[in-house]
Amino acid sequence: MKKVLLILMVVCVYALHQDFWLWRDNTRVFGILPIGLAYHAGFSILAAIMMFVLVKFAWPSELETVEPQQAPGEADK
Amino acid sequence: MIPAIVVFCYLAIVLYIGIFAFRKSTGSRDDFFLANRSLGPYIFVLSLFGTNMTAFAILGSSGLAYQRGIGVYGLMASSSGFVIPLTLFFIGTRLWHLGKKFGHLTQVQYFRDRWECSFVGTVIFALTAVMLVPYLIIGTMGGGTTLESISTVMGEDGKPVMVQVYNPDGTPAMEPVMVPKVVDGKPTPQKVPKLDENGNKVLQPKMEPKHWVSYEVGAALVALVVMSYVFFGGMRGTAWVNSFQTLLFLSFGAAAFIIIGSKQDGGFSALMDKMAANPRTAALLTRERIPMEEFFSYTFIPLSSIMFPHIAIMCMTAEKVTHFKKTVIFYPLCIMAIWLPCVYFGVIGAELVPGLSQETSDDVIPRMLRENTNVLLAGILGAGIMACVMASDSQILALSTMFSEDIFRYYGGKEKFGERVQVWTGRVFIIIVTLIAYLIALELKDKEGIFELAIRFAFSGFAALAPVMLAALFWKRSNKWGALAATLWVAFSLGFTWWLFSDTELIKPPPGKFVDIPGYGGIFQRSFSNVLVYGFLPVMPMVIGSALLMIGVSLLTPPPSRATIEKYFPPKTA
Repeated sequence: MKKVLLILMVVCVYALHQDFWLWRDNTRVFGILPIGLAYHAGFSILAAIMMFVLVKFAWPSELETVEPQQAPGEADK
Repeated sequence: MIPAIVVFCYLAIVLYIGIFAFRKSTGSRDDFFLANRSLGPYIFVLSLFGTNMTAFAILGSSGLAYQRGIGVYGLMASSSGFVIPLTLFFIGTRLWHLGKKFGHLTQVQYFRDRWECSFVGTVIFALTAVMLVPYLIIGTMGGGTTLESISTVMGEDGKPVMVQVYNPDGTPAMEPVMVPKVVDGKPTPQKVPKLDENGNKVLQPKMEPKHWVSYEVGAALVALVVMSYVFFGGMRGTAWVNSFQTLLFLSFGAAAFIIIGSKQDGGFSALMDKMAANPRTAALLTRERIPMEEFFSYTFIPLSSIMFPHIAIMCMTAEKVTHFKKTVIFYPLCIMAIWLPCVYFGVIGAELVPGLSQETSDDVIPRMLRENTNVLLAGILGAGIMACVMASDSQILALSTMFSEDIFRYYGGKEKFGERVQVWTGRVFIIIVTLIAYLIALELKDKEGIFELAIRFAFSGFAALAPVMLAALFWKRSNKWGALAATLWVAFSLGFTWWLFSDTELIKPPPGKFVDIPGYGGIFQRSFSNVLVYGFLPVMPMVIGSALLMIGVSLLTPPPSRATIEKYFPPKTA
């Protein structure tokens, strides 16, 4: 269930990137930022939050422990 | 001269960082190529980010925003802020793990072992090396151009001192006098050669600004500095310099914002009102000049990041895999901190410095700052730009690592001559590559556009290789035949789109529009700067085609051996 919710979150965030509803909107935020730019600045913050959630709930902790099995570079021989 | 001195100081600092890194080195292979897999969390995040920030990304984004408006941020920056951290999270962490576990230093080493095949690794090596080389040439060219530009001799009137240009045979060079084209009795912004009463072009002596440092000397200096700190410092030196450069970029954006904003009557708000009221610039405040298909398909481009050899190798330098945690969270915010001002300045540049062409609009931020700062700040600005163009350091090191690992070591060089010789081979390779890039930069001084084009194509090529990496990491059944088919598809589609692009030069439409390419039943279109497939960027069909071939061909051919599958997909222990 957790996995499904996380996948859904990533898909939703991606969908929010395609903000076709603001395509020709020339409103400005605080008078200086066109809304299309302000929205995507906000999207960048949302992407950071998404990554925080992924790190919190889907971090591949099994990768943390490593036992080197071969001398460096010998694997491709 | 002061801006040039500031830039020389900057070059001296990065050189010192490289030499300092050399004093910390142990001389081993892992130490030179991977900084002993020991980078701490902050250096790791800063250097990984800095490695991705090239002149092409920073100056190119402002130039594109100048032409096409605010949508460039969503097109390039926020899509990268979404996709790149995801690739680092899912792919980068696993590359780190496999590198540490099996001693891999490059993607090719991993692919060769994962698919039990030398040939597929060699094909991927050749393709990635070819796609990486234009970066080195552009970096050297950028260094020459930047040093030449900031060392322009200014007269007492505040304008550049002009000098006569001479042909190689010693005769004075001449050029046509250009005048505005007159349409319906009114002059237009378009320039045409002035003609005399006999219909011949009127010529005048060709003049150019005088510089303290010529293009040739500037390019040589920058190439020498980059080569030195990569040669001595290896990965540690490169990572430290990249971290320093990232901090410079971050402060540069904020400083530029304050400087330019303070010079505007009524601030940015009044400037925005003016732009919105002007039909020429109003469209830049929306996404009218970016088609939806292009916006959608551009999100495939950031998949290229993790497939660039220098980024994949950089992933293996972290001391612990947990260092990725901070990196993936801060990555979108760092992108915002650097790209938001770049895109914003590109857009307002259309109002403040109008009339720049597609070719010269990348220079919009330097121009605005030159007009709004004193000489000292202009020097610091020059250092910031220099930091952008010097981002080719990681690519040089990556090529050296690939050569010494995937060629020299793989074909028995290390066994024959030992590890120290291998490291020195990598160093000698750095000198040779730098020298070749410099000679090409001199010979093809005016052909910069070709290499920029090659870089744009390379992004699509690396992105289309991402399914190969994903299959290797997550799909047991994937095999060498699938990987080979996908790689050949990438090489073929790159060659084909390049050819189609060159072949349709004569029918290219103005920026923001596209036309059908005749003879293909409406499949391919030509825009000003690309070839499109049903209106989408070629990267989209390239990625989808690569994924389908990887899956289809793997299913039709035998799977890898049980031993290899168990090696890379060990059963989970409770």
